[in-house]
Amino acid sequence: MFDLSGFIDLPLIWYVLIATAVFLYVLLDGFDLGVGILFPFAPSDKCRDRMMSSIAPFWDGNETWLVLGGGGLFAAFPLAYSLLMPAFYMPIILMLLGLIFRGVSFEFRFKAEGRSRRIWDYCFHFGSLVATFSQGVVLGAFVQGIKVSGRTYAGGSFDWLNAFSIMTGIALVTGYALIGATWLIMKTEDVTQEWARKCAGYLFGYVALFMGLVSLCMPLMDDRIRELWWTLPNFMYLQFFPLSCVVMFFILWRDLHRGNEYRPFLLTLGIFLMNYLGLGISTWPWLVPYEVTFRLAAAAPESQSLLIVGTAVLLPLVLAYTAYCYYVFRGKSSHETSY
Amino acid sequence: MLENLDPILLARLQFAFTVSFHILFPAFTIGLASWLAVVEWRWLKTGNPVYMEVYRMWVKIFAVAFGMGVVSGIVLSYQFGTNWSAFSDKVGNVLGPLLGYEVLTAFFLEASFLGIMLFGWNRVSPKMHFAATIIVAVGTLISAFWILSANSWMQTPAGYRVGEDGLFYPTSWIEVIFNPSFPYRFVHMVIAAYLTTAFVVAGVGGYYLLRQRFVKHARVMFGMAMIMAVFVSPLQLLVGDLHGLNTFKHQPAKVAAMEGLWETQRGAPLKLFGWPDQEGEETRFSIELPKMSSLILTHELDGEVKGLKEWPRDERPPVAIVFWSFRIMVGLGMLMILTGVMAAVLYWRKRLFDTPWFQRWCMALTPAGFIAILAGWIVTEVGRQPYIVYNALRTAEAASPVAGTQVGLSLLAFIVVYGVVFGAGCYYIYRLIHKGPDIASSEDAYGDHGVDHPQIVTDLVTESGGDRV
Repeated sequence: MFDLSGFIDLPLIWYVLIATAVFLYVLLDGFDLGVGILFPFAPSDKCRDRMMSSIAPFWDGNETWLVLGGGGLFAAFPLAYSLLMPAFYMPIILMLLGLIFRGVSFEFRFKAEGRSRRIWDYCFHFGSLVATFSQGVVLGAFVQGIKVSGRTYAGGSFDWLNAFSIMTGIALVTGYALIGATWLIMKTEDVTQEWARKCAGYLFGYVALFMGLVSLCMPLMDDRIRELWWTLPNFMYLQFFPLSCVVMFFILWRDLHRGNEYRPFLLTLGIFLMNYLGLGISTWPWLVPYEVTFRLAAAAPESQSLLIVGTAVLLPLVLAYTAYCYYVFRGKSSHETSY
Repeated sequence: MLENLDPILLARLQFAFTVSFHILFPAFTIGLASWLAVVEWRWLKTGNPVYMEVYRMWVKIFAVAFGMGVVSGIVLSYQFGTNWSAFSDKVGNVLGPLLGYEVLTAFFLEASFLGIMLFGWNRVSPKMHFAATIIVAVGTLISAFWILSANSWMQTPAGYRVGEDGLFYPTSWIEVIFNPSFPYRFVHMVIAAYLTTAFVVAGVGGYYLLRQRFVKHARVMFGMAMIMAVFVSPLQLLVGDLHGLNTFKHQPAKVAAMEGLWETQRGAPLKLFGWPDQEGEETRFSIELPKMSSLILTHELDGEVKGLKEWPRDERPPVAIVFWSFRIMVGLGMLMILTGVMAAVLYWRKRLFDTPWFQRWCMALTPAGFIAILAGWIVTEVGRQPYIVYNALRTAEAASPVAGTQVGLSLLAFIVVYGVVFGAGCYYIYRLIHKGPDIASSEDAYGDHGVDHPQIVTDLVTESGGDRV
């Protein structure tokens, strides 16, 4: 049987790959979910058309990263998949229902007229909002850990629900909205761009506030995390993450006032990356906090081997043609839809 | 109320509902993508704008159907975990990589190039656009390859061992992927998807021909669809027969349920109709053709066919639903073949495009492919029961440790949401069909049959781009 586990550390590679897929999902679907969150607040229908056509060619591909996150977890860490999904049953169902509404709104909105178009505008907004909030709740519940007995989930239906997970839900809504706003600064012009810049200015404060709150709450809630972050010498090394966030926030603030078009988006991605790495460090090496490590959850080496060969070839290819598609639709988007 | 319901039954109902809803869209888009590639190829080859206009009309319908397929598919990829976590844990080593490959080789391809297919007209060359259409079409087939391989493995598992920990481990990937029923199921399903699309296109083309609207376009649609009906629907009968023989070899209990046969016998009759009675272990009121079942399944008049009583009661699938679904599928397949025969005769008499009763017939058969596909999947999935992985893992042992309330509530939510989304999607597809292709010169729109002013209906729907402020 074909097995690479003697040559490379398969579980570690898969852990990094799945984490990367989830992060790419957060960035990519983050901006189009964020556009959905901001949608009804735009100044005019023309702006909304422009916002929609800035993301319409991409949303399908963006959501595929979510399927890769779920499918990849099932493939590489089936135990983690079968523990986490029942634990977050309700928020995941809510997320899926939200994604359904916003996904079909893209197509239906183009075809609808008058009042019915308004309905799909709101479906798009609330779908995006519910999906984002649910993802934030799942994140908040994830870092707090779940109950496991043997190989099955042992907690209750509402274990995911508490003040912290609600807060992370709201935090992610502001976060995605900020990515969405900076995306619009990059992809639109005139009124829409000015409005997006104003939105980004408001959201900036909320995002900074929530990131501070989460960074403070996590060490206070959990001894392990406190020990990891707040003891010497770790404290010194790990300062890199919060400090670089502060620096990027500062540059972002200046850019938003000076009219830079591209850098705000990249800076927001950078801020998200630092937070994501911070979360990764806090939950390392748990894949199901704080019960199952990524090594324990790993699929059989022969299963991980088969998929790693394909991934090594296909993932660069996927990234290449994804980049090509973004290149084809480069530049400012117009409010005309050409299909 | 909900807490008294069996969570496993609810999980099964939920999966049956979401997967049935989902399969309608891929079934349609697999065929549509390939057909659009052919239409665009004809356009590039001939330069005839009619092909282009047909393409641009159907690509909008494709976009709606594809969008609904994507969102209902994401649900499935998470449902394995939410409702079937024990299954995911036990078979993850075997099925996980197949689904992983489906995402990597197909989903990204389809989703990325769909953007170019829909919005790329003025941004890439016609050749590149054609390439994008082909890539999407190939992507749908690759996707079907992997998911049908995974499903077939659950029907006829091979290339695995069960470890001491109760988990399934792969022993040969070739045997897992190309398990015994996979080639048959794959070909059968792809042809079914092509026929489904063909009959939708035929129905729409027939509708235009009947009303004498978009006659040039309608002839392209109707003509191409009839080519499929003439040549491919008989082929499906042949492939279906081979698939049935394969099932007879590997899952005889399913075939016994399809035949409504309780006693093992030589020279088994073919029951055309009847009423299978699970408790009474007989099929009542049956109308039979003597020895035909043996002839079809063993290719001998006196071949032995195993009856359901060979298996203990708790290892038999629910018979009535399998029995009836099978007859619905086969019946519709026969109607498709009949359509092909009629089309060939009409073509020979040079009346293919102007026979109103035949156009009405094709309009009536528009949903035939969808119903046949659902019926066929019900046969194969219900026929596998009580197992989720045939003879290896029972469905009852595969569910998640979640409360019935959660499963029931989410089932209700899915029914409501899918109802709304499906209703709206069908409405918009209907409107696109009603509106028809956008045509450069208005003369073409109403055909050369004496209608010299626009019919009122065509004014109802205007192009809804983004330019309304």
